[in-house]
Amino acid sequence: MNTVFGVPIQALFSQLLVGLINGSFYALLSLGLAVIFGLLNVINFCHGALYMLGALVAWLMLEHFGIGYWGALIIAPIAVGLFGALIERTMIKRIAGLDPLYGLLLTFGLALIIQGVARNYFGVSGEPYEIPPQLTGGRNLGFMFLPNYRAWVVLVSVLLCGSTWYVTERTRLGSYLRAATENPLLVQAFGINVPRMITITYALGVGLAALAGVMAAPIYRVNPLMGADLIIVVFAVVVIGGMGSIFGSILTGFGLGVIEGLTKVYYPEASSTVVFVIMAIVLLLKPAGLFGRTA
Amino acid sequence: MTARVAAETRASVPDRAPTRVDIRSLRLPIAIMIVIALGAPFVIYPVFLMKMLCWALFACAFNLLIGYVGLLSFGHALFFGAAGYLAGHAAKVWGLPFELSVLTGMGTAAVLGLVVGWIAIRRQGIYFAMITLALAQLFYFFCLRAPFTGGEDGIQGVPRGKLFGALSLDDNRAMYFVVLAIFLLGFFFILRVIHSPFGQVLKAVRENEPRAVSLGYKSDQYKLIAFVLSAALSGLAGALKTIVFQLASLDSVYWTTSGEVILMVLLGGLGTVFGPVVGAVVIVCVESYLAQLGGWVTVVQGVLFVVCVLAFRRGIIGELSRVLHRPL
Repeated sequence: MNTVFGVPIQALFSQLLVGLINGSFYALLSLGLAVIFGLLNVINFCHGALYMLGALVAWLMLEHFGIGYWGALIIAPIAVGLFGALIERTMIKRIAGLDPLYGLLLTFGLALIIQGVARNYFGVSGEPYEIPPQLTGGRNLGFMFLPNYRAWVVLVSVLLCGSTWYVTERTRLGSYLRAATENPLLVQAFGINVPRMITITYALGVGLAALAGVMAAPIYRVNPLMGADLIIVVFAVVVIGGMGSIFGSILTGFGLGVIEGLTKVYYPEASSTVVFVIMAIVLLLKPAGLFGRTA
Repeated sequence: MTARVAAETRASVPDRAPTRVDIRSLRLPIAIMIVIALGAPFVIYPVFLMKMLCWALFACAFNLLIGYVGLLSFGHALFFGAAGYLAGHAAKVWGLPFELSVLTGMGTAAVLGLVVGWIAIRRQGIYFAMITLALAQLFYFFCLRAPFTGGEDGIQGVPRGKLFGALSLDDNRAMYFVVLAIFLLGFFFILRVIHSPFGQVLKAVRENEPRAVSLGYKSDQYKLIAFVLSAALSGLAGALKTIVFQLASLDSVYWTTSGEVILMVLLGGLGTVFGPVVGAVVIVCVESYLAQLGGWVTVVQGVLFVVCVLAFRRGIIGELSRVLHRPL
């Protein structure tokens, strides 16, 4: 009665929740990658490193200034966003118009620098980060125990994804953004400051990654390499979903997180590889990705 | 000719060194390289030199793909590492002789190259890079769990064996000359490939794929063959490295290894004949001198990446060849 295909229903739901949490981070990161790629034509390899930087800034703020989770949730994304704007203005801007592969190599180098510096100062073991007191504990839903903090992370991620979708698809700023993705020269001719828009987009994209990092800090330990392997999974998510559609990125992110969670229940050995296997299958069946336009 | 016409019609191709190379004009630099390589083991520790040669062969194989087909693979560690594991397993567990162990590794890399290439060439540009990276990560997790790789410990104590059952390779200098011979074989093979009609078509695909297709070339087939060749040669390098160091380990299949080989080719010069060799020598030296700095090696690699992309896209040999007005 209380089992599904031989797995206790409690275990099934708690793994599903873990999958949803991971899916939240996949969705937030692939969303940022897609928006940045749309406008800059750069695949931001340091996205994972900036996600880690968000978590690290949150930890540093708590350790040195006594600023807790709620402050970090606002300040860390802004700080990382400003850092991102600096990167865009001083480096990424200079390779605009070149083969996009150079963008990949440049941001890969930046990821190595950020992760290397962080590792030298903080070691690889990582530091724990406390769940804020308002969100500790949890509630019993009858069929499973739901920790409050995890519910919060899923809720905020859904809201963030939804508002990103709303901003790009339903507002004036979003319409400029989509127009500049199609034809930046024409948009500039209409008197819109495209270079500034590019900087803002990059800053917002990496700010979103940093926000995900802050939310991840109490779940995983704050660790200099927490973004290094994650970004590769996110790349696979992006390949599966295709970068043409915002909604597609969100759906693919959450969906793959859940599939990964289910794999952990039924066939744990494959849980770290299932996303890559799905990517290979999707490429064989539908090379442009599930939501992608043919390149 | 196709390649040249295509190159002229597309002016936006970023800074690449001149690539129309007459093999005969390379005689002098090749001779210099061979003389240095022959003399080096009498001055420098041969194991260190062998490390350079393995990485140089790996970088040359990688350059075949990025430099001459324009495909950036971010997963070449897969072939390098997989061949290392198989060569180590063949030599240690199956007790195969040196030549067969190396060939086992190389063959494995070729088969894996066929599978990965078949999946990855469905997408172009940055997608190709992301797909190869993801498939290599898949393989890394496989190696982490598979029993024959020894997990975190790797395969240790791989015997070097004897060349043709006669010459013992336990002597470092003997081993060095065998590695050098195999490196040169690989180097000349790549040189031959890029100057063949097949190589000309590859360049045409790099410069303007739709145009190559419109001229009747099946670009996917050419890309796949180039990918398999590059994977097999990377495997040759990986297998040699395992035999030389008598160790096959997990870090050879990790993405950091893919990053390292990209850096070597980028620093030496994309699409140049000697760039990958020079890049490999420089990076192996830098890493060895910075070894006492521990974690800072990663930071230095990152800085090199950034500097190369922003200010030094032709690489060492690319700049040299521009100054000397001759392709290198």
